[in-house]
Amino acid sequence: MNLAGTINTRTLPLLVTSALFALLFGFGSVSYDNFFSVQVFLNLLIDNAFVTVVAIGMTFVILTGGIDLSVGSIVALTTMVTAALVEQHHWSIWAVVPLVLTMGALFGLLMGSLIHYFRMQPFIVTLGGMFLARGLCYVISIDSIAITDPTYAAVSEYRIAFGEEAFLSVSAIIALLTLALAIFLAQYTRFGRTVYAIGGNERSALLMGLPVGRTKMLVYTLSGFCSALGGVLVTFYMLSGYGLHALGLEMDAIAAAVIGGTLLTGGVGYVAGSLVGVMILGVIQSLIAFDGSLSSWWTRIAIGVLLCSFCLMQRLLERGGTNLGFLFSYWKKPEEQADAVK
Amino acid sequence: MKATLLKLTRSHLFWPCVTLVLLCLVNVHFNPGFFNIEIKDGHLYGSVIDILNRAAPLMLIAMGMTLVIATRGIDISVGATVAIAGAVAASLIGGSLVIKEGVQTYVSNTPMPLAFAAALFVALLCGLWNGLLVAGAGMQPIVATLILMVAGRGVAQLITEGQIVTVYYEPFFFIGNGFIFGIPVSLYIVAAVLGVLLLLTQRTALGLFIESVGINPVASRFSGISARALVFWVYAFCSVTAGIAALIITSNVKSADANNAGLLLELDAILAVALGGTSLAGGRFYLIGTLVGALIIQTLTYAIYSLGVPPEINMVVKAIVVFGVCIIQSPALRDLLLKHALRSGGPA
Repeated sequence: MNLAGTINTRTLPLLVTSALFALLFGFGSVSYDNFFSVQVFLNLLIDNAFVTVVAIGMTFVILTGGIDLSVGSIVALTTMVTAALVEQHHWSIWAVVPLVLTMGALFGLLMGSLIHYFRMQPFIVTLGGMFLARGLCYVISIDSIAITDPTYAAVSEYRIAFGEEAFLSVSAIIALLTLALAIFLAQYTRFGRTVYAIGGNERSALLMGLPVGRTKMLVYTLSGFCSALGGVLVTFYMLSGYGLHALGLEMDAIAAAVIGGTLLTGGVGYVAGSLVGVMILGVIQSLIAFDGSLSSWWTRIAIGVLLCSFCLMQRLLERGGTNLGFLFSYWKKPEEQADAVK
Repeated sequence: MKATLLKLTRSHLFWPCVTLVLLCLVNVHFNPGFFNIEIKDGHLYGSVIDILNRAAPLMLIAMGMTLVIATRGIDISVGATVAIAGAVAASLIGGSLVIKEGVQTYVSNTPMPLAFAAALFVALLCGLWNGLLVAGAGMQPIVATLILMVAGRGVAQLITEGQIVTVYYEPFFFIGNGFIFGIPVSLYIVAAVLGVLLLLTQRTALGLFIESVGINPVASRFSGISARALVFWVYAFCSVTAGIAALIITSNVKSADANNAGLLLELDAILAVALGGTSLAGGRFYLIGTLVGALIIQTLTYAIYSLGVPPEINMVVKAIVVFGVCIIQSPALRDLLLKHALRSGGPA
């Protein structure tokens, strides 16, 4: 009974999310001509490749029970540094990309160390990081810098064809590879297990002798790295660097992770779920684009509503019941426990 | 003498005030006329007045945020609430041109008090929603308010229909730009809200209740405080302060922009609270400290503008300030300093 409950709690959000995705895609296919095609599906991957990569990093952070609000601005900073180096200093793309990836990882490591060594709350540290990275963008340039480098354009326009009419971009392939690596990292390595353990109960993880501090720092480093990689994908997608790129991306990434079934208190969730979460956000955007009559701000409202309903569902599952009354029992918790002991 | 000095440095207001004074000195250094106040057109005019006037919305929101943070929460939706309330006020007042006795004047679409009430009511609704999610459903505050932060700007866009709503109705500009006895109207509003809050938190047990919920919600529940209701209304109050700030901001810029009104204001408010000495971990809170914190931020912005540095650098400076303040507040650093002090043999 209890075991079945646990399994449900872990997998139900993912099942609901997948069903919702199928439902939304089905709805689109019925309502609009040309919606039901392989390419519309693959376009979701292409258009949201950078969101996917960023959401993967965010998922790891949330799995440890933390949060990273700086991802959007690290993406913007990466696009800015890349554009400035490629356009104004004529660096080769092969030198710039490793450099910006290292930079992102170091930025994450810096925030991770502050969180670990000074025991600061993750949200305030990453909030500071968000300011810092956006500010640094404007230090480089206030205006957008277009990337005209031929190698860059070639990579950006390269398409890998599948059969007759379906194709994927380089960005989408990179995103899928990152996802595969992340799944391996989360499920089959010591690091991944430590991440889940910290999210489950940090003190227990510490008492078990797990390297809690190191893992927490690594998780923020990973998130910084993923954000920088996301930034590189944005430069492929937009062919420009701009301080206002990826404004509010942190919200999309958190929403994708939550909708994908990752518990915000940490310890429960799957990296693959975040991909489904990103795809749902993508489908909503596509639906609104196909409809044409709805304004784009409906996307924000729809994401908000989805985020809210999934958070509420999480609360419900955490309580382990289907009775709505359990939803409002947060402040009663100790009494219930006392009753249970009696 | 030494004892008084020691007592002074121990005061929670000491470091925020020192920071503010230092910033003012920097300003005076680059702009010798910084403290000059003249009387122009019957009202006070000068850099200091300008800073106070511009800091007013931030002070209001930061006061609400102080209470939220004191209960161990956070409200990152205040910026979105400002956008929504501003949009409601601006669309309701609007202003249409009529010719009255041969003179062209603008009249408001809805009576102004009604528009104000509507804007504040909508802000209250936002707060009740946040409160319901945090206190009712027991969500983490940052996530619960994230929802409104994401959806709120969409709602504001919906109200303004994606346009920047311009207000033409003269009397409305009074709140943001007007003066009573030579002092900006917005400062009276801040003073009124501060007065009410000080009265409620220091003359009644409410302040103690808020602090106890922030220190230990379970223990305070067991000692008979209805923690849930308290947290619920604290969020509601925070959004109402955001609503009042929205009226000032909208009146000041004479328009409502759903995309940019109150953008990143939540971060400034949190920073102001942290600078004022309130711990972000909940518990003790200092309203006056928060006001000083808001003034520090506005003075810093002013200094950056007057130094001739690109205003965008402002964000970098703020980020460094956030890191600095948090490190100073962190228990880890205190332990480190204490250890160091013990090793060197002297009393801390």
